[in-house]
Amino acid sequence: MIYSEKVMEHFQNPRNVGKIEDADGVGEVGNPVCGDMMTFYIKVENNRLVDIKFQTFGCGAAIAVSSMVSEIAMGKTIEEALKITNKMVAEELGGLPKNKLHCSNLGADALHKAIEDYLQKQSQKEEDEKAEKTVSEKEKPREISCPYCEGPLKGLEEYCRACQIELEECPECGLPRKKGDKCPHCGATRVRV
Amino acid sequence: MRRAYLDHIAATPVAPEVQKAMEPFLGVKFGNPQSLHFIGQEAREAIENAREQVASLINSRPEEIIFTSSGSEANNLALKGLALAYQKKGNHLLLSSTEHQSVLHSGKFLEKLGFEVETLPVDSYGRVDPDEVRRAIKPQTILVAVMMANSEVGTIQAFKEIAFICAEKEVLFHTDGVAYVGNLPVDVESFPVSSLSLAGHQFYGPMGVGALFVKKGTRLFPLVDGGIQEGGRRAGTENVAGIVGLGRAAFLAKEKMKDWQKKIIPLRDQLISELPRQVEQVILTGHPQDRLPYHASFCIQFIEGEAMLLNLDLKGIAASSGSACTSRALKASHVLLAMGLDHALAQGSIVFSLINGNTKEDIDYLLEVFPPIITRLRKMSPLYAQFKEGQK
Ligand code: FES
Repeated sequence: MIYSEKVMEHFQNPRNVGKIEDADGVGEVGNPVCGDMMTFYIKVENNRLVDIKFQTFGCGAAIAVSSMVSEIAMGKTIEEALKITNKMVAEELGGLPKNKLHCSNLGADALHKAIEDYLQKQSQKEEDEKAEKTVSEKEKPREISCPYCEGPLKGLEEYCRACQIELEECPECGLPRKKGDKCPHCGATRVRV
Repeated sequence: MRRAYLDHIAATPVAPEVQKAMEPFLGVKFGNPQSLHFIGQEAREAIENAREQVASLINSRPEEIIFTSSGSEANNLALKGLALAYQKKGNHLLLSSTEHQSVLHSGKFLEKLGFEVETLPVDSYGRVDPDEVRRAIKPQTILVAVMMANSEVGTIQAFKEIAFICAEKEVLFHTDGVAYVGNLPVDVESFPVSSLSLAGHQFYGPMGVGALFVKKGTRLFPLVDGGIQEGGRRAGTENVAGIVGLGRAAFLAKEKMKDWQKKIIPLRDQLISELPRQVEQVILTGHPQDRLPYHASFCIQFIEGEAMLLNLDLKGIAASSGSACTSRALKASHVLLAMGLDHALAQGSIVFSLINGNTKEDIDYLLEVFPPIITRLRKMSPLYAQFKEGQK
């Protein structure tokens, strides 16, 4: 088996599968590498995630990752949940094969997007600038790394060996993205001239 | 736990008589076929015997057979070897878009050397239109490559018709027979083919050995230089045990092919007709009739292939998928995309390919455990949820 026991366990018995009809926040992300999809639904009470559900269209790793993310985040405060990183998820799962690391990006990203969605809805009601800030800070990567597997890169025009894809600098936000693809950071689809 | 091996396209099991034929050459009969002494000559004879057996399977002359390390090597040798030998005549190559990567990537290599490589489109069943080949052949065209059958979708190409068009236009024709040879009868005298590749592990022979048929009088540029093995067209000390195994497998296939088909085809048809009946939104990929006798391939909508394979594996069922997530490079199958399937649908690819020895119980077991797996994965899928909502 290519996966760790922990991955297989979550894959076989995924926690929190489904949809929350009256969710406070919904986050949907597409996997830019293989074209898969993940949707997270959250319910928030007193700044805590009291319920989380997900739907995933993807591989075994993607399913295990979503399950693990939902488990880690359950009961956490918004701030704590925003600190969940892809790396943490992969580690909790006892590691993932190299070319599957990009699937772990999906999980935390989808959760964070759901939280973002919740915060946006909140700030429409009451100006919650602090929370907004946390979100934008979170989005800023500190060093140049492959956005799909988080492996370090030498320059912006690079080839990620782990994902086996060519990267380029996004004309919109200046961060690396898959050549000719939608930018995973800012969503820009504009092509480079 | 029950087990069912349904992954012919990955490898067929080595037949007991093949294994037995190989064994002495992994032990006491260790000689180098190029040696003059008795122990070398023993190996030499075994290789020439195997050459006759392989030739007899496709009705060629023994000297038209070159042993290689695999079907991939045979395809490389055909594409590069023919293109380089005929480059004075022209530089244009036509390859069908669903060829094996060993053909397509050889094409890419040749492009770097200055050849012009054009791919031929396929229809939704994965078939190349022979008229399209006729239209696409230019004065500079030297070679056309269209496979006999595709291992991902099972579709059999109109290779004979295409071969005759090539002959009429005086263009070389290579056909990749890896998925086909040993499973369906082939007679290279019945259509004008320049070269044809085959591999042992697709008809109960060993892995790591293949062969290329090259029509007598066809020039070929060798890719492995060195000794005089294989008439100087493929140097390197021979894999004697492997070659003996390939020969024995060819002999066996010629004799038993019809029996295998008789047993396998009804099982394949049972699977093809029953799975879509039991599960909604299941699409058969490839041609419904013109397909390999052992091949049943589908796209299961809204779910992904690797997740299916893992679940099937846990139930003791071995199968394959062309989904992006199953491939190491995370790219969707070029075959499914060439047939016009979108990425999401291609993700649901699953291939069941039968071997001699599979039983009705295997198929019944698959039909018992697979639908619940699909249901379970669909329950998790946002695409399925969308589909269900759209139905309301
Ligand atoms: S979701 Fe496609 S590889 Fe994991």
